[in-house]
Parts: sequence; C-alpha cells; structure tokens
Amino acid sequence: MGEFKVHRVRFFDYMPTAIRAMAFNAHTERLALARMDGSVEIFNFTDHYFQEKVIPGKDSRSTESLCWVGGRLFSAGLNGEITEYDLENLRPKYSLEAYGGPIWTIISNTQGTQLAIGCEDGTVKLFEVLEEHIQFERNLDRQKGRIISLSWHPSGTHIAAGMMDMIRVFDVPTGHAVQRLLVDRGFGGSKSQETVVWSVAFLSDHTVVSGDSAGKVQVWDGHTGTLVKTHLVTKWDVLALSVSKDESSVVAGTSEGTVIQFQFIAPTLHQQQDKEWVRTRTFKNHTHDVRALAEIETAIVSGGMDTHLVVRPLLEKFDENTEMAEITLAGFDSVLLFFPQRNLVSCAKKAGLLLFQFPGQLELWRLGDSDGHDGRNTVNIVDSFQTKGSDHICCSALSSCGGWLAYSTVSCVRIYRLQTDNNNISITKVSKLPKALRSAHQLCFSSDSSKMFAASSQSSVLVIALTQSECKYVHTLKPKSGQQPIHLMTTSVDGKWLAAANSDCEIRVYNLQKLKLHCIVPVYGSCPSAMGIHPTTNNMTVVHADQQLFEYSIVEKQYTDWSRKLQKQGLHNVWLDRDTPVTHVTFNPKNPNQVVLHDMHMFCIIDQSLPLPDQKTQFYNQMTLRSLSEQERPSHLHAFKICKTFQDLLCVSLLDDQSLVVVERPLLAITSQLPAPVRQKKFAT
Amino acid sequence: MVVHAEIRMVHRGGSKINFREPVITHDSRFLLCAAGESVNVYSTSTEEYVHDLQGHTDLVTGVVLNPSNHLQVYSCSADGTVRLWDFTDAILIKTFIIGYPIYSIYVSEKHGGVVFLVVPMANYKSSELFQLVAVHLPHSGDQEVEARELSAVLCDVSHHPGAASFGREGEYIAAVKGLQLEVFFFKKQKSYRFSLKSGMKKGAKNAFTCVSCHPKEDCIATGHEDGKIRMWRNFNQKKEYTYSTLHWHHGAVNTLCFTPEGTNLLSGGIESVLVHWHYTQENQKDFLPRLGAAITHIAVSPDGSLFCTSHSDNKITIIQSCVKVSAVIQGLVKGDGVWTNLIIDPRSKALVLNGKPGHLQFYSLHHDKQLYNLDIVQQEYIHEEGLDQFEVVKAAFDARGDWLATVEERRKKGAELEINLKLWAYDELTQSFVLNTTVTAPHEDRITAMFFSPSPETTMLVTTSLDGHFKAWLLADHSDANAEGFWACDFVGGYHLLKPGCCSFSADGSLLSVGFQEVVTVWSPASWELLTTLSQPPGAIRDLCFGRLSCSKYLLGASTKNQLCCWNLLTCSLEWSTPMDVSLLQTDPLSENIAAFCSQSGSSDLFVFKPSEPRPLYSQKALCTGKVQHAVFAPRDQMLESCEERTQWLNRSQLYFLTQHMDLLTFSTKTEEDRLLASSKQLMVDDSVAVTPFYLLLGKHRGQQLEKQEALTNPMAERTQLPQGSIAIKELLHTPAHVLPSASFLCAMFVRSLLISSSSAREEKEHEEGEMEREKEEEDSEGEADPRLGESATWGHPEEFGAPALTKAQERELRKVRTFDHSWLSSLLDC
Repeated sequence: MGEFKVHRVRFFDYMPTAIRAMAFNAHTERLALARMDGSVEIFNFTDHYFQEKVIPGKDSRSTESLCWVGGRLFSAGLNGEITEYDLENLRPKYSLEAYGGPIWTIISNTQGTQLAIGCEDGTVKLFEVLEEHIQFERNLDRQKGRIISLSWHPSGTHIAAGMMDMIRVFDVPTGHAVQRLLVDRGFGGSKSQETVVWSVAFLSDHTVVSGDSAGKVQVWDGHTGTLVKTHLVTKWDVLALSVSKDESSVVAGTSEGTVIQFQFIAPTLHQQQDKEWVRTRTFKNHTHDVRALAEIETAIVSGGMDTHLVVRPLLEKFDENTEMAEITLAGFDSVLLFFPQRNLVSCAKKAGLLLFQFPGQLELWRLGDSDGHDGRNTVNIVDSFQTKGSDHICCSALSSCGGWLAYSTVSCVRIYRLQTDNNNISITKVSKLPKALRSAHQLCFSSDSSKMFAASSQSSVLVIALTQSECKYVHTLKPKSGQQPIHLMTTSVDGKWLAAANSDCEIRVYNLQKLKLHCIVPVYGSCPSAMGIHPTTNNMTVVHADQQLFEYSIVEKQYTDWSRKLQKQGLHNVWLDRDTPVTHVTFNPKNPNQVVLHDMHMFCIIDQSLPLPDQKTQFYNQMTLRSLSEQERPSHLHAFKICKTFQDLLCVSLLDDQSLVVVERPLLAITSQLPAPVRQKKFAT
Repeated sequence: MVVHAEIRMVHRGGSKINFREPVITHDSRFLLCAAGESVNVYSTSTEEYVHDLQGHTDLVTGVVLNPSNHLQVYSCSADGTVRLWDFTDAILIKTFIIGYPIYSIYVSEKHGGVVFLVVPMANYKSSELFQLVAVHLPHSGDQEVEARELSAVLCDVSHHPGAASFGREGEYIAAVKGLQLEVFFFKKQKSYRFSLKSGMKKGAKNAFTCVSCHPKEDCIATGHEDGKIRMWRNFNQKKEYTYSTLHWHHGAVNTLCFTPEGTNLLSGGIESVLVHWHYTQENQKDFLPRLGAAITHIAVSPDGSLFCTSHSDNKITIIQSCVKVSAVIQGLVKGDGVWTNLIIDPRSKALVLNGKPGHLQFYSLHHDKQLYNLDIVQQEYIHEEGLDQFEVVKAAFDARGDWLATVEERRKKGAELEINLKLWAYDELTQSFVLNTTVTAPHEDRITAMFFSPSPETTMLVTTSLDGHFKAWLLADHSDANAEGFWACDFVGGYHLLKPGCCSFSADGSLLSVGFQEVVTVWSPASWELLTTLSQPPGAIRDLCFGRLSCSKYLLGASTKNQLCCWNLLTCSLEWSTPMDVSLLQTDPLSENIAAFCSQSGSSDLFVFKPSEPRPLYSQKALCTGKVQHAVFAPRDQMLESCEERTQWLNRSQLYFLTQHMDLLTFSTKTEEDRLLASSKQLMVDDSVAVTPFYLLLGKHRGQQLEKQEALTNPMAERTQLPQGSIAIKELLHTPAHVLPSASFLCAMFVRSLLISSSSAREEKEHEEGEMEREKEEEDSEGEADPRLGESATWGHPEEFGAPALTKAQERELRKVRTFDHSWLSSLLDC
C-alpha cells in the first residue's frame, strides 16, 4: 500500500442540523428532506439513496412541512410563507405570504390540484395549484386554536385537522367542520397540559389515525367520530405518523427515538374480515425525537433531532422460486446516512491549506509540520457579509496553489485572493466580477490556478480567467441539452480537460484549449458520486452511487482495458454492499498505478498493477497479509487495499509532498453536541 | 443380573417433578406431572400426593390430557411407549409401543386418534437430531398395541417440549429451533420458515427458546434468549409476515403459555417472576414476583382458573387467578451439588441434605415430600452468576437428634477461606432447630469430616481439618441455670503434622479413629489418649468406619490405593484386606452390614458385607455410571420379613444413594413392591375432596367412630350401612364407564338395590339426641308416602334417611344383591 505521513484532522466542527420534515414522492421515488436551517435535500431512492440535490438554507427561513405536487416541491414554515423550489437551479422559486400567521403544515390532495395549509390562527387555507404558481382559493371554517397537522382523505372530500386537544374533520366542498374528535389528555401531572395532536392520517375507509403529545396513537372512526382503539406507546410525544401506500401499515415516531409500526391485521389467517390495528414492530435507530417519517414500499425512512437519516428496510428480497417460503432477515440492517454526500472540504495540495465550508462561514487552516501541531489560521470571511444576505453557502473552492478562494450562495459568487507571507495570510476580495457570474452550483479551479470554472444553470459551465489584477469572463461551455444541475467537476493537471457530471448521470468532458465539448462518457444508470482525472495518463476514474467503478480514457474516448477487465470480473460483493458512496477520488503522483478513494467509513487505495479480487478471495485482507511471511504475501495481494483506521471521514487527500490529509468528524463529537434526549429509565441503571 | 432379579434399583422419592410441563385436569382437581418413571397425581387444593401412574420402565418425558376424553391422559417415555391412563383410578388402559425413545408428546383436538411425538431421526439414532412424527394410534382391544406407522411432520426439531405448539384449532404446528421458527400447515401440507439473525452485534441473543400459539387467533408467541417475546402474525405470507416485540425479562424466556381464552400470555424465566401480559394491550402487564426459583414451565387449567409453574428447585406452584399462590408442591431440591452427605435425621427420619442455596432440606422419604428447609447461612442469596456465596458443606446430627452441627464455607478466588461452624439445638416448642453457637473459623483450613459421638452420656463433636488438627467440641456446662449452654473446644489433637482426612466413632462412642493420611490413629475420647496406630501403606485413608453390633471389634478403612482393610481392634492387627477402589463406606446403624461403593472403569459397583464374613451378602456390578459419592441407610418404618438370603440386608433399612447426575436411587425387593401395589388398590373416590392418604386415614377413622356410635345407639341394628351410602353403589357410580358391564345388566340390579325398608334404615344420631327425636323423625318418615322423595333426600344426607319398610324376603334378596355387587367390584379391583 505504501507509507504515508498522515495529517489527521479532527478540528472541523461540522455540525449537521436536525431533520424537520420529509416528503416522499412515490412517482419519482425522490425523498425531500427539510432541515432546521431551512435547507432541503433530495435523495434518489432508486439510486442507493444518493443525495442528488441540496438547496441551501437561509437564516430567516424555517421549514415546518414539505409537500410534493407532481414533480413540484412546496414547503411551508413558521415564517408564514409558502415556498416553491426550483429543483433545476437549486433555489427557491418564489415565496407566498399566506396571511394566517405561522404555518404548521402543508399538504396536497391526491389529485394534485389543491394545497391546504394549517395556520396558527386556526384557519385551514386552500390554495389552487396552477401551472407556474399557486393561488389562494378559500378558507375552511375557522377554529379556535392552531392547526398543527392536516390529512386529506384520498377522495379529496374531507380533511382531518389535528389541533390542541381535538381533531376536526372538515367537509371540503362546504368548508364546514363535520366531526369533532376530543383527544384525552395525558395522565398524572400532564393532565393540565393541552394535548397537541402532532400528526393525523386520514385513511380511505374513513379511519383517522392520530398521534399526540400524550404518547397515544389513536384510531378513530371518521364517519361517527368515535374512538376505536388507543395504543399508549410512549410516555412522551408521538411526533410523526406515516401511512404506507396500501394503508395496511402505519408508523409512528416518538420522542424516545423509536419508530413503532402498526399493522392492519385480521385475527385469523384465512378470513380477512374484522381486521384491527395491532402494534407490531419497534425500531430504535434514533437517540432523539423522530420528527419526520415516511413509510415507503420497502422501507421506513426516519429522521429527527439526531440529524441522521435512517432507511430501515422492511423485508428482504427473497427468492420467489423456492417452494418453501424461506425468509431470512439477514440483510436487515438499517442504512444510516450521516454526512452530506458532497465535498465540504477543499484542500490546496501545493500550499497545504484546508478550507472547511459551514452553512454560514468558511474556515481556512494551514497544515502544520510533521512533528509539530497543526497551526490554526481561521479566516472568517463570511461574517462580514452577513448584513448583505442571510443565504447559506452552497459551494466553495480553494485553488491548489492556495492563492485563490471562491464561494457561492444562491444569489452571488465571491472570489478572494489569498497571499501568504511567513505565517500571515492576507485576504483581498476581488471586487470586479464578470456579470455572467451570478451564482454557481459547483466551483473549481484549474490546477495552475489560471482559470476558474463555475457550474451554472442548465448544466452550463462558465470559464473565468484569473490574473493577478482581474477576473475575466472567457467562455460558457453549454451543452445542447440537459436541465439538471452539475454536482461534480474536475480538471486535469495538464489543464486540457474539464469533466462535469450532472444529476442526470451525464458526464461531459470539455477540451479547454478548444473550449468545446470533447466527448460524453457513456451514460451509466447510477449517478456519479466522485470522479478524478489521472495526472499522467488522463484516464478518468468515475465511481457511481451504486459503488461501480469505471476508468475512461479521455484521449481514446473509450473505457480502458483495466476498466473492462474489472467490469467483466465484477466487483467484490463486500465492496458492493457498502452503503455510503465514495465521495473523493485522488491519485498518487509518485505511483501512477494507485488511485485513492474514500467513503465515510474507509479509504481505499486501488493498485491497478495487482490482480483483481474474485468473489472467493478475502476482501479485507490487510490483517492476513501482515501475518503472512514475505514469500507468501504476493499470492494473496489484490488490487483493493482498504484502510479502516480512520472513521467518519469527510475528506482524504494526498498532498504533493506525499503526505495524506485525513479529515475526520467523529460521530460521537456530533452526538455530544446534540441537546439532551428525553429521560428514559434504562434497565439496570 | 439374573441372580438378583428380586432386587431392583428404583427411583423412589426425590424424582424430578419439574422435568416436564405439569397438566391440570379438566375439573381442576388434580395436577399430573412426570416424576421419574411414573406420573404423579397431586390434589390441586390440598397439594397432597394422591397416587401415581406406574408402568413406564424409563423416564417419563411427557404427559398430556387425551383431547377426546378428559378423564384420560397420555404419557410418553424414553422407553419407547405411549400409555393411556385413567388418572382418577390410576389404571393403565392401553400401551402403544412406538419403538423409539420419545422426547415429547403433543396432541390436538382436531387430530383425533393421532399423537405427535418427538423421536430421534431414524438414520441418526445416537445423534442430536430429532424429528416430529405423527402416530396414528390403532383401535384395538388389546392392552398392548404396536403403533409403528410413523409419518414425519417436521424434521430437525428441538427435543425440548416447549419448542413446539399447536395453533388455533390444530390447523398448524409451530416449532422453533436455534434461530428458526417453522410453521407447518396441515391442510396445505406446507411449511413456512422464518429465521432470525444470530444478532451477536449488540449482545442480543436472538435464539428461540420456546413457542406458544394463541388458541383463538393466528398469533404465535416465541420466547428468546435475550428475554424478548415476539408475537408473530400473518405468518402464512411470504412477505407480509410481521411480529411485535415484548421485552421485560432480562434473562432468557424459559416458557410461554396462553390462557385458554387467549386473553393473557404468561411468561417466566430466571427472574422467578410470573409475567402476565394482556394480549391486546401489550404494554400492560401484571407480575407475580418472588416465586422462589427460576420458572421452567407454566401450565394453565382448561378453565383458566388455575395456573401452575414449575421451578428449577423441583417445585410446582399452583396459582389461583394469577394473584395468589394457593399451593406449593415441593420435591427434593437438587441444587448445584450436594456437599453434605446424605444424613438421616434421627427424630423425623427425614433425609437431610443441601437444598436451596444456603439451606438444609429435610425430606421425608416415606411420603416423598419435603418437610421443611432450615436456613443455615442466614444471608440473602443473590441470584447472579459468578458470585461466591456461602454454602453448607458439612452437617451432622447427634444420636438423639437434639443437636445439629453445620459447617458453611465460602471460598473466594485469591482470598482467604471463610468457615463457620454452627451448632443448632432442637427446640421442642417450635419443633425446629435453633442456633445455639456459632464458631467463626473453627479451623484454619477446610473441614474434612465432622461427627457427633454416639455415646449417650456426652454430647461431643469432632471435626477434622486439612490444617493438620482434629478438634473435639463439648457443650460447656454452665453454672448459671438460666443461661443455655454453649459449645466450646475441648481438645485439639494431631499426629505428626499429618492432615487428617476422615474420622469415625465406634458404635458406643468409646473409641475415636482418625485417619491421618496413611496412618489410622485410635483415641479414647474419655481421656484423649492415643491408644494405637494402625497403618497399611501405601495409600492415604479415604474413609473409615467401625463395625456394629457383633462386629464392633472391627475397624474398616478404605485407602486411595485400592485397598480395603479390616483391622481387629482386639489384636490391633490386620484381619483381612482386599484390593478394591472403595469410594464410600456406609454402615447400617441397625445391623452389622456395611455397604461399600467401588468405582471401576467409569461405573460404580456395590458390595454389601459383614466384616466378619468373607463372602459379601450382596453385590451389584455396574450400578450406575460415575462415582457414587453419597449414600445412606434409612431405617424402615416396618421391618420386612424376607427370608431370602440375598434380600435380608434390606429388611431393616433401605440403602439410598445419589448418582453423579443427582438421581436418588434405592433398592427394592419383590415383596416390598407387592405390598406397595396392594396398598395402592385400597383407594376410594369421593366427590368433594381428592383422595389423599391423609383423607383416607381420617375417613377410615371417622367411619369407625360412626360405626361405634351406631352400635351404641342401636344395639339391635342388623346392618350398619345403608345401600345408598354403601361403597358398592358409590363405586358403581364412580367407576369409569369403560370398565363397567353393560348398562342393562346394571340397571336392574341398581333399581333393586334401591328398594329398601325403613326398618333396615337407621339414623345416625349423636348421643345427646334422645329417643324423642327419633320417634318424631320416624313419624315424619311415615308421613312420606312417596319413597322417591326419601330417596332423593338421601343423596344429600344419607344419615337422615327414612324409607318404607321392606319384608324379610325382600331384605334377604337385597342382601344377596349387595354381596354379589361386592364380589364383582372387588374382583375388578383386584385384577
């Protein structure tokens, strides 16, 4: 594998924010996720839960609820506004004041023609969904007390609204409340506290399921307004409910961090009448409040205060052909998604600088000497601009010579000139920027720092020439088709090639000398999660979200022999079973055969000169190799060398002086910064 | 051995009653449980032993009620038979020979005439693979029927009886093994398998331990190693099966049981708490804590009113409506081991040995019942593995049973040994032992032997220890009359710093012999003078004992180097010696006989001999596997009068011994078994109370009293009993229908027996109720024209009976009927 000097960086105090709301679009299989800081993330569930898009947040925006209407995403928050997002340009499209005070919830009917919001002032407002806009339609009967939760009956005729101490059922055509379901208060001391109905679900057989702050999940008959069944599931709050598509299962998320499943089950196997809601499984994947839940066909997705997204598969794939129903729960592990699947760390390979991106600020660090401690050099750039806008940073970049720094929000791009003398870094803002440079989804510097590339709307890339004195617009590389934003960009060391990948899985390679499209890499079904161009051979290594690995020769416009060999033989199952995508590809300048990749849990050096592992070989063989003698060792070597010494990785990069920079963010450190969870009696404590 | 066919080794008393799940009968009056080679029947209300169902020749491995006749039970055994019993009368109805050792039995109402058995897989007889087979029981009039048509239902099942259960209406059977649950549907002939991960990641042990199916709904409850209970539903779906989890137990769930209506689920484990889950509201549960020991089985009566739990300390607890423990049936406690020898309490004649941790148990061998537990250690026992606790290691009674001496010790790793010697005085008032003296650290090292002097004049205790000393302890006479005497050390003896291993008093207490490794020293306890030393090297002395009665001049010693030596104390020379690896010597207190257990090539042999005679009285090779460490001669209640030479040694006392597997075994002779068999036939059945020996005793006594009274009041009475009250009619009414002759035959006889004259009927009255009363009543009875009225009254009160008069001829006829009646019934009973 080789020996490296390692800079183990643990001072990036990145803190993900809590998950507030979730909406699953069954049609496109995209999950929209809203965090407390107002950012919205889109995950593609057909593609290994890949984080496809991130819409940065804003200080003033707080999202309480998300809702899909067809392919359009709406959100509503306590600032009283309804926002629709532009998913192609990764920014809010427009915001609309609802004039009802803070909005607690937003839902759409199944037809996708109307939106309903629940407001603090007790009104349920209906909005009509138009082509490009939404328009206020009318109010339903105004109630006393806030509307916390809403659920639309699948037929669209009724809406159930969860309020304080009660649930109201509205008749949508007339706008009148037809049922008033009183929810019991909690026992003991909480008797004096109002019960908040945090979540309701209206099923097609007119059953209303509610979850409230007294810890109950209650099943009501929506026709008669009678209570059918009460499940006391927790001492604390039931915060979220989600119904499966076939309405045979309901999941409830609680403040204890548990997700409890209820199923509609007949007491006997053969007759399918007299079904009732039975509490079945309990999943405990969270330590804090579960604020957002989605039950999709194969999995339960949950998120909450402890910031990570959990995808819990419900049932394993099983072989239809076997005569006996052999069901194994072998692969029943939850997929936990902790970190954003994009780069928050930029590394200046020549200068030894690190740039950390926070939502509201950037930090610049210089790596220390091998024996001494890393000297800290924080540069708080964004603070001075807080007055101008509260938009969060969506991307940032540092040139490899360490002379340039750029970042972008949804509204503007800023470029800075860094000058290092001795230990002082002076920063000067480049004042005059080309007009075309409005905002960027991705920023990238060429290796000689003479050019900067900014990914702009509609998959176009702006080329900016950087000189000591000014920034000059050079050209726009615009593809003929393509709407989706670019999420990955990389340049070759010789400055000839630029590769850009977008969410449609297209990778375009541009010739920078001719400033035109060189070729399009054959489109693979899974989104590229990381790519890099080899410094000497100009072969591009691409890793996709489904863990597949390709090597493409840009010059020859075809896959390399090694890549073909790898595809022919197939990747090892252990490699394919990993659940976090590779986020970074770099190369070892000293050994052209070595490619360095990393995901959250490991980093890997692929030595292309060694044989590929087949399914029978032991994949993690570092320990075995160590125990073998020198003579036996070569027969056991294979191309993938995995190192798990470092955990919770955000960035692994190889500097020009052959030292390895490993940026870790231990999950324990994140957990310790979370607020205290609700107190629970634990056995034997 | 053909020669000793008349002497048989039997399990008598002390068998495991918690081995398999007990069964409560339909009327909740009896509790049946497998106990060794028989099935014991207990009364649920009085917790007394009623009778047993004997016939199996190996361990009984399962008892179930016959679903088609609630007065019958099936039992299965490792001897390869299934037997059908009438449990009220302890009659064996049928024996089905299967031919394979059976490990458990399941029946279902829907599968009439079919029993489901767990037998070893045919190809792997010796291995640990078992299968569940269905056996169609053939209809045949014979007593013994071969039923060898086995059809396999499930392969590779667990032999544990809790690992399979029939579902609602017998439609499916659920079986668990390891990490797999298998549900087999009979109608579709299809099975579904559900596997769990081994789940060692978070320290959770997912393996299944037991299963129980809901009786009314399709829900399967499974218990797991990590204490979780999973409730499986929709298990006929490939994909949509689901389960919920209940978790209270912190140890493995040992057993699960649904109540008959399915409203509650009962579970139990190591925590000794019966947990009562409400089926629909899973988070509501009730507890019945402090049941004494880990729960191994739970059974519910068919009406759901009684629960019973088996516990690991060989106990069955009967619980009424989940709140109250109403009865405890306690068997011989077999704890982790027996460190004290088997001892007979001279007062109660009970067997005394280690019971619950830190206790001595007093177990009545004659009644097969634990009398009481004596808390020796008097410290809280903490149920946790890996803790070093005090254990009673030695106990001894003096000759009259007034004093009990106990030694308890605690050995911690790397710490000093803690030993306490306690002396207990028998208190006549409380009828139990009261602590008199505690000696902490009586010796510096482990105590190897402890005996009271058998001499009636002095109460002296001798202890020998590995610290190289033996100590004599005496009850110090106290000048103050009010204060009780206490025990103090009287003498410390030793011999060349050798370690004493054993000691023994002669029968009169005049000599004490202490074995110091290879040397036997003989002391006079009166003067503490070393009288002589005897030695027969090589080999350290392992056990010593004096001969009794006519052989009291002999001293026997067993050494480690395969030598059994007999010294003549008069000549102080070796009388004889024989090469034997004797592990235990035991003298019979009532005769000269000495029993020697030898271990040879993994099994034990027994020799019973008199020291004076060269030939053993009795020998039995290959008694059992492993070394016999504990044995005792228990004196008999009644002497046997056997003139057979080989069985004579069993006349006065019985030899009990514990095998390595903690089975209490004894020897029984043919005459004894005959007598036992005869006594068990004297049972009668009454409506109100289950028949127990106590009831029989009381009932007999009361009957005699009544007879006497009647004789006093009516000296002229020809007959003392009325036909209705007679045993004949009662037995006719209560004999099971299948053993009665045809109804037409009985009917005429029965009706005739009801025609009774008032002259023959006599009221049973107290003395003080005079003639006046009687006359009045006679008038009353004359007023009753309809004889049936009087008859109906007799059902309730047979004493206050009046009936019209009968002629002499009728009466004679009636008497004839009655004698006839008796004869056939008694002949039936005798067969």
